[in-house]
Amino acid sequence: MSTSVADRRSKGLIWFTTSFVVLWIFIAAGPFIWTLWGSFKVQPDFFSKTDWTNAIYGVLTKAETGSAFTSAGYQGAWVEQEFWRNSINTAIVVFFTVVISLTLGTLGGYALARSGYRYAFWLLMLALVFRAMPHMTLVSGYLLPFFEWNIWGRLSTTIIVLVAINQPFTLWMLHSFFLNIPKDMDESAMVDGCTRFQAFRHVIIPVMWPGVITTGLFSFLLAYNDFAIGAVLLSSENQTMVPKINSFLGTVRETGDVMFAVAAAVSALVPLFFLILFFQRQIVSGLTAGAVKG
Amino acid sequence: MKHRTFFWFILPSLAAMILFIALPTVSVAIQSLFVEHEQVMVEVENCGPFKCETVLQVDTEATAVLQEEAPLGRFNGLRTYANRKHLAFEQVGVAWDETETFGAFFSELLNLPFYKALIFTLTYTFVVTPLVVVFGLGVALAVNRVPSLLKGPTIFVSLLPMIVTPLVGALIIFWMVDADGIIGATLQRIFNDPNLSLKASTPLTWIMLIVYGIWSSTPFSFIVFYAGLQTVPKETLEAAKIDGATRWQAVRFVVVPYMMPLVVFITLMQLMDNFRMLEPILAFQASAKATSLSYIIYNDLRGGDIPQFGSAGASSIMTIIGVAILLTPVLIRTWRDFNRKRA
Repeated sequence: MSTSVADRRSKGLIWFTTSFVVLWIFIAAGPFIWTLWGSFKVQPDFFSKTDWTNAIYGVLTKAETGSAFTSAGYQGAWVEQEFWRNSINTAIVVFFTVVISLTLGTLGGYALARSGYRYAFWLLMLALVFRAMPHMTLVSGYLLPFFEWNIWGRLSTTIIVLVAINQPFTLWMLHSFFLNIPKDMDESAMVDGCTRFQAFRHVIIPVMWPGVITTGLFSFLLAYNDFAIGAVLLSSENQTMVPKINSFLGTVRETGDVMFAVAAAVSALVPLFFLILFFQRQIVSGLTAGAVKG
Repeated sequence: MKHRTFFWFILPSLAAMILFIALPTVSVAIQSLFVEHEQVMVEVENCGPFKCETVLQVDTEATAVLQEEAPLGRFNGLRTYANRKHLAFEQVGVAWDETETFGAFFSELLNLPFYKALIFTLTYTFVVTPLVVVFGLGVALAVNRVPSLLKGPTIFVSLLPMIVTPLVGALIIFWMVDADGIIGATLQRIFNDPNLSLKASTPLTWIMLIVYGIWSSTPFSFIVFYAGLQTVPKETLEAAKIDGATRWQAVRFVVVPYMMPLVVFITLMQLMDNFRMLEPILAFQASAKATSLSYIIYNDLRGGDIPQFGSAGASSIMTIIGVAILLTPVLIRTWRDFNRKRA
């Protein structure tokens, strides 16, 4: 059987869909390529009033620096503005947020997946409501108590808050992964004399890694992309990358070093790019895990 | 699972959520009932070389003591909710009496900070969400038909706008549409108007933010729909074709009904995420023309020298009420499904 009826299609339609997809690729990736390329130019090239092709060929960049590419923006952001401090802060916050939320999430998600009682359903619904809370509303509740207890501005506070905000999502996702692991596995271990925790430790943990990695990717994204919490809860010396880029915008308007902000923004994109490169399959499966199973 | 074991397994996670999600809600509610202390003024006699005069000065020490004693500030009841920065009953009443047409009343409302934020947030949420569903389905249907060589790269680049940090993604677009950016400068040339700026007009700013919203969220719905399309049974599609359905009818009556659960899922996620939008407004420097509920809270906390907890609290509580209203249909639906499954 070569082609089924459903698969047969006209030439015109193929052309139409292919060009539509190419257009979509252009819309989705174009801005990134444009900014990446432009980040190696001087400001009058990247923001060219006279001719947009200047940003491609770097006419003024050549006149100013002698070469068509310049790393002045990166130099300014990483060395002069000490963006490396912020990237270290981000690394610390993201690492601990992911590790702690996965630990709490696997325990909780496992319990939710294995409990048949009504309250497990209600806890999941509660988590959904918590998931919907705009982060900004929560942050305004933290600020005053944190000032009073003198824990405002520290990385550790931010990590704990991010872990908590991450929990609803982590619970949902791991819950649906644990539902896919057959109940018989841990139950037979318990028949053999294991306690619930031993069954979890020796039977479930070895087989849960695909789900944990996928969930971890999304926890990573939440912590890495967070703006609201870092911007309000961190003091300026402890800032992570995203709030720092925002404060760049305020300062560069005075000094005119927009290219610093462009370089910093492109730098913040690099880890995300590699994340997709290596984990595309897991991200896609994670996105659809919640959806397809309802 | 036994209740006891369940409790110990869920405890750390539940404790984190209660401490940092449930309690802050309470804390916000309490905060919203208070306002900042007035500064304590003292009369100081100021003697110059010719005469002495008494002036009023801020007594910083006494103010600090007061702040120390009652960090929440003065009790203000529900007055913060009613003031000009929030529900502004008085101003709305005046506007209602003085304006003739509904349009004029509406533009009066847009001058009040809370209504301005609320109206934009709702517009953004209810324009972006359906368009994201439609475009996502369109892209998914198209990608599903292209040669498989193109599929992998398409998914790869589609993930970019979705997982990019919202602030960075918005900045990248902003730098292109700004007056000196490639799109902004080209538009100026096309319309032959060197002063044309997307930032300067309210409708254009709104459109710009909405376009950004669609750009950044369409990939999510595309990926979900694309995965869903793989599970549509081939037999049903084939049967529809044999019965004489056109391609459009097959999509309309077989594929779309099959996608309905996914539509609900995407809509729910998008409603939650769009309602909290904040970063694009900062990145586009759009706060003069468009603000969101999250933005006004952020501005109360970080905009001035002194955080305005009372005002931020009141805005937060009203935002939470908004979220509750948005979620009610979903919760009712889930509750019905749950009961049906049990029955």
